[in-house]
Amino acid sequence: MTGHAILQMGLYLAVLLLLAKPLGWYMARVYEGKPCGLGWAVGWLERLIYRLCGIDPTEEMAWTTYAKTMLVLNLLGFGAVYALLRLQHLLPLNPEHLAAAAPDLAMNTAASFATNTNWQNYGGETTLSYLTQMLGLAVQNFLSAATGMAVLVALIRGFVRHSAQTIGNFWYDLTRSTLYILLPLSVVGALLLVSQGVVQTLRPYERATLVQPTKDASGKTVNEQTIALGPAASQVIIKQLGTNGGGFFNANSAHPLENPTPLTGFLELVAILLIAVALCYTFGEMVGDTRQGWAVLAAMLVIFVPLLLLGYAAEQAGNPLLSTLGVDQSAGSQQPGGNMEGKEVRFGIGQSAIWAAATTAASNGSVNSMHDSYTPMGGLVPMWLMQLSEVVFGGVGSGLYGMLVFAIIAVFVAGLMVGRTPEYLGKKIEAFEMKMAALVILIPPLLVLVGAALAVATPWGKAGVSNPGPHGLSEILYAFSSAGNNNGSAFAGLTGNTPFYNVALALAMLAARYWVAIPTLAIAGSLARKKATPTSAGTLPTHTPLFVLLLVGVVILVGALTFVPALALGPIVEQLMMAGG
Amino acid sequence: MTAQAKAHRLFDVKIMRRAVLDAFVKLDPREQVRNPVMLTAYVGSLFTTALFVRSLAAGGEESPWFILAVSVWLWFTVLFANFAEAMAEARGKAQADALRRTRHHVPAKKFIPPPNEPLDKPSFQTMLQRGDFAVVPATDLRRGDVVFVETGDYIPADGEVVDGVASVDESAITGESAPVIRESGGDRSAVTGGTRVLSDWLVVRVTSNPGETFLDRMIAMVEGAKRQKTPNEIALDILLAGMTIIFLLVCVTLLPFSLYSVEAAGRGSPVTVTVLVALLVCLIPTTIGGLLSAIGIAGMDRMVQANVIAMSGRAVEAAGDVDVLLLDKTGTITLGNRQAVEFLPADGVEVSALADAAQLASLADETPEGRSIVVLAKTKYGLRGRNVQELRATFIPFSAQTRTSGVNLEGRQIRKGAADAIEGYVRQHGGEFPATVAHHVQRISRQGGTPLVVAEKGRALGVVHLKDIVKGGMKERFGQMRQMGIQTVMITGDNPLTAAAIAAEAGVDDFLAEATPEAKLSLIRKYQAAGHLVAMTGDGTNDSPALAQADVAVAMNTGTQAAKEAGNMVDLDSNPTKLIEIVEIGKQLLMTRGALTTFSLANDVSKYFAIIPAAFASTYPALGRLNIMHLATPTSAILSAVIFNALIIVALIPLALRGVQYRRTGAAALLRRNLLVFGLGGLAVPFVGIKLIDLVLVALHLA
Repeated sequence: MTGHAILQMGLYLAVLLLLAKPLGWYMARVYEGKPCGLGWAVGWLERLIYRLCGIDPTEEMAWTTYAKTMLVLNLLGFGAVYALLRLQHLLPLNPEHLAAAAPDLAMNTAASFATNTNWQNYGGETTLSYLTQMLGLAVQNFLSAATGMAVLVALIRGFVRHSAQTIGNFWYDLTRSTLYILLPLSVVGALLLVSQGVVQTLRPYERATLVQPTKDASGKTVNEQTIALGPAASQVIIKQLGTNGGGFFNANSAHPLENPTPLTGFLELVAILLIAVALCYTFGEMVGDTRQGWAVLAAMLVIFVPLLLLGYAAEQAGNPLLSTLGVDQSAGSQQPGGNMEGKEVRFGIGQSAIWAAATTAASNGSVNSMHDSYTPMGGLVPMWLMQLSEVVFGGVGSGLYGMLVFAIIAVFVAGLMVGRTPEYLGKKIEAFEMKMAALVILIPPLLVLVGAALAVATPWGKAGVSNPGPHGLSEILYAFSSAGNNNGSAFAGLTGNTPFYNVALALAMLAARYWVAIPTLAIAGSLARKKATPTSAGTLPTHTPLFVLLLVGVVILVGALTFVPALALGPIVEQLMMAGG
Repeated sequence: MTAQAKAHRLFDVKIMRRAVLDAFVKLDPREQVRNPVMLTAYVGSLFTTALFVRSLAAGGEESPWFILAVSVWLWFTVLFANFAEAMAEARGKAQADALRRTRHHVPAKKFIPPPNEPLDKPSFQTMLQRGDFAVVPATDLRRGDVVFVETGDYIPADGEVVDGVASVDESAITGESAPVIRESGGDRSAVTGGTRVLSDWLVVRVTSNPGETFLDRMIAMVEGAKRQKTPNEIALDILLAGMTIIFLLVCVTLLPFSLYSVEAAGRGSPVTVTVLVALLVCLIPTTIGGLLSAIGIAGMDRMVQANVIAMSGRAVEAAGDVDVLLLDKTGTITLGNRQAVEFLPADGVEVSALADAAQLASLADETPEGRSIVVLAKTKYGLRGRNVQELRATFIPFSAQTRTSGVNLEGRQIRKGAADAIEGYVRQHGGEFPATVAHHVQRISRQGGTPLVVAEKGRALGVVHLKDIVKGGMKERFGQMRQMGIQTVMITGDNPLTAAAIAAEAGVDDFLAEATPEAKLSLIRKYQAAGHLVAMTGDGTNDSPALAQADVAVAMNTGTQAAKEAGNMVDLDSNPTKLIEIVEIGKQLLMTRGALTTFSLANDVSKYFAIIPAAFASTYPALGRLNIMHLATPTSAILSAVIFNALIIVALIPLALRGVQYRRTGAAALLRRNLLVFGLGGLAVPFVGIKLIDLVLVALHLA
């Protein structure tokens, strides 16, 4: 391990943990409707929105109403993005006169941005007009993130309230998530990015004459380079904060205009996990026992850190096949060493490995390196982080509610082992909760495995594969792991912009988002109705290292048992074959 | 429960034989449908059997004998699970048979009231004399009928005694051979069908229709005939079904992945369906799935062993969740009676003189309190009990009017009684009630004792301190309960002062003094409103509202019919301390489920290491590195995993039936222990087991 990498990882985790408490505390106050210090700036806007939309923010919703409202808003968002994509050639702010997107691509992109997946089958600067970027994608980046946060807050209320029929008001949670949390953080972040050179303009693309002309694939001489521009900074920051990840440019955060300096690299990295980490504290604060929040955060870190180190080690070790050819892959003052293929030399292995782990642990999916070019083990890490159902940090809101559902299952098994009907945070876990929790853990593996199986069994699926052998299976599995867990990270290598993948992945994204969110809200509703059981010595404590280990065990075991056979035929065998020569 | 029925060892030959037979009977698909996990294994077995037949006929994907071996062991997996359930049921059935033998088809003497004559108490006497009854079979009796039973008769049905007193042999139900008294009115009026009157006679009003009697319900419960899944079992079933679906997906999608891999690698053959089914059955939680119902039945069975009949499995489960226990003071916390512990003389009276007077006054007092005074005087002051005849004394028994008792002899007149009664007696004889005595009385009351004042005519001699004796070991027991997170609340009719003192001595967490049925009921409601689950015992009719309200209500078998109906458990021993045991049995039931679930899921890790390299050996030999157990061949690896998966069910039957060991410690300590034993154990054991089976298979040249 290079000192540089240790420094980056240490600094990264330290900054996140330092910010967890203040931001988490602030968010708890936002959701509890307490004064949080930003009322002067956005309070008027909040009230204006309620008045214009005819919303009564104090109206309480049953879980069914909450879920319906959430679905309606998301459906509207889906429709809006689809319409923008299909009609962008007729609409203003399209200086490059980009054509309308194909229906399957438009559908895929609309589903992708409604579900906070942000799978990038579109090409950014070559597909989307500025209007589509700003009005479609950027808006959805906010709304899909706020939706996840709202569902989480509803679930937390389920734990907090007792003998209650309602779990809060979706509009209130959505509006406050956006105005008090996402917007202020984005404004600050975007300004910082702009200060570092991330573009923010509505001007058409720049054309530059090449100093040294080159030839394109067909042998024609190329004299001019088009430099894509646009309102990027405002979108880059929310794509990171809201665990969206869909790049403004096709190259995502490897693009110099999205991520120009080491500082922006670090800032964007912090933004990936910031809210997800802080929400753990919010959870503890809102249930009245911050130890509960720290315990969940600890469980996430216990899974995240070893996988991060494993991914880093695999990349830094490099490719043994190259070593046998006499290539020096050791790190030194002259070279970073290891497997540098597919990585930006500006970032090196350290930051690329952190980014790969963070972007897949959180359901972000933005990239600064090509995961397809990682060593098999290095590629397995991000893939498996997604396959753990995106509960290690995961999407803002959605990651934590997924983790809490796993906690419910861990509590169930643990509760039985201590001889009591299991209870979590004073709420008894009974048949209904188990039914919904079983759905939540069942849906993502179902989508990933069935989707990938379908792809490898059909000619349309196999057509997209660019690498034969086990790596081809990895590419397909990666794509469905990403869509089926609402991550959006792409392994690259797979040609995804085909009708088959556009439709199959869109369906996977939609199912993964709502078939998990709706049962979660059902759990919230059912928990809210229950009486709170007072804690006693017979109650299983859920803030202890023992429980953290149990929770980690459940997440890992479910993830491992579900995906090991498929992984064995993909990255695992590839690694074994590579190691064996 | 006869003594033999109770003494069944875990593996009784007769029970085993019956269970083996039942295991095959349970192959009926209608039985299998109840359990999604085992249904999957069942369908898998059918599937591989079909593959075997096909491979014989037309040649198949694998060698026929390999498919046969896999099918046979898959069938064993199903049969072993059936066997486990049958074992648990058979134990209950044996007990039910023993109970059924006690249900004699006896004739009943049913009163036939003459027309227009109301059926009320005075007329029974006349009707008895007139012989107004007809002999009918007991099965013809209905609720509300009135029957007459006398010496040597079996009581034909459950009922309430409306007249008479008799000694009844209830050993058929309780296993207790000492006869019990049953009489009309009061708390000992319930009689149970199938018990026998040993002396005297009773008039009984029948309270249940045929098929609904206590005995019937008891038989149904121990037999598991009416067994419904409990809420917790349902929740666990859902989790297991969810896991089963996930594994089904894993195995089904493995076929296309394998086909693709063969195409991509350009060598080998795709994974066979036989191997996929074998993998599926190994992965789904068959260990817990196969033992789940056995665990539930065994839990009920353990209740029966403890001589408690639970009216539903739900009640047994709720017992594990109870966190507040309401315990009657008398009989549960304290010995039933008070004992003299100290003599406190008035000013100017010798202690020995007081002891002597107190002993004289108690010589003929046959109450436990009276006897304890005699004993105390003897042990402390060497005063021997004197011969009553020699003293030519007249004893004055306790009467409700004077509220005193005592003795008259040779010009002496000694009385003992409550302070106010004796004060009246002293004043009546022109004496004064000394301040020191009043002071002693107050002090004793404050300490939770009962002061008994002794006086001779106009002179109060002093006070005898009668004390409630807390049963040995109760304080430790309550301490353990506290560690388990269970609050204990003492219920007593005593005044708050006395109650507080005893509560402190016994170490209970709270008490309810001067308890009335209403106060009990509202206390239970208060605890429930705060989210607690409350357990209590009761016997009297006035306990029934509280019993009906409590989450776990244990009625004493000696109690009234109303109390038994209101409770959801009946303690045949009528031992109020049993509540603690009941809670532990409930906890043990849940713990056994949790432990085996953890074990079952942890087992899967090793099975991947056994099967994955074997299944894809022809396509990707590199995966052989994952064969960390160094299993001999792909065939032996798969067979070993399947065989281990079947055998582990049998190996765990004793644990399922006995339940995992319960310790009275906090939740965290229990979890740590069980995770270590069943979680880590579940990871490690199959590695060893599969390797051993592989070695055996190789040694026998079977693989």
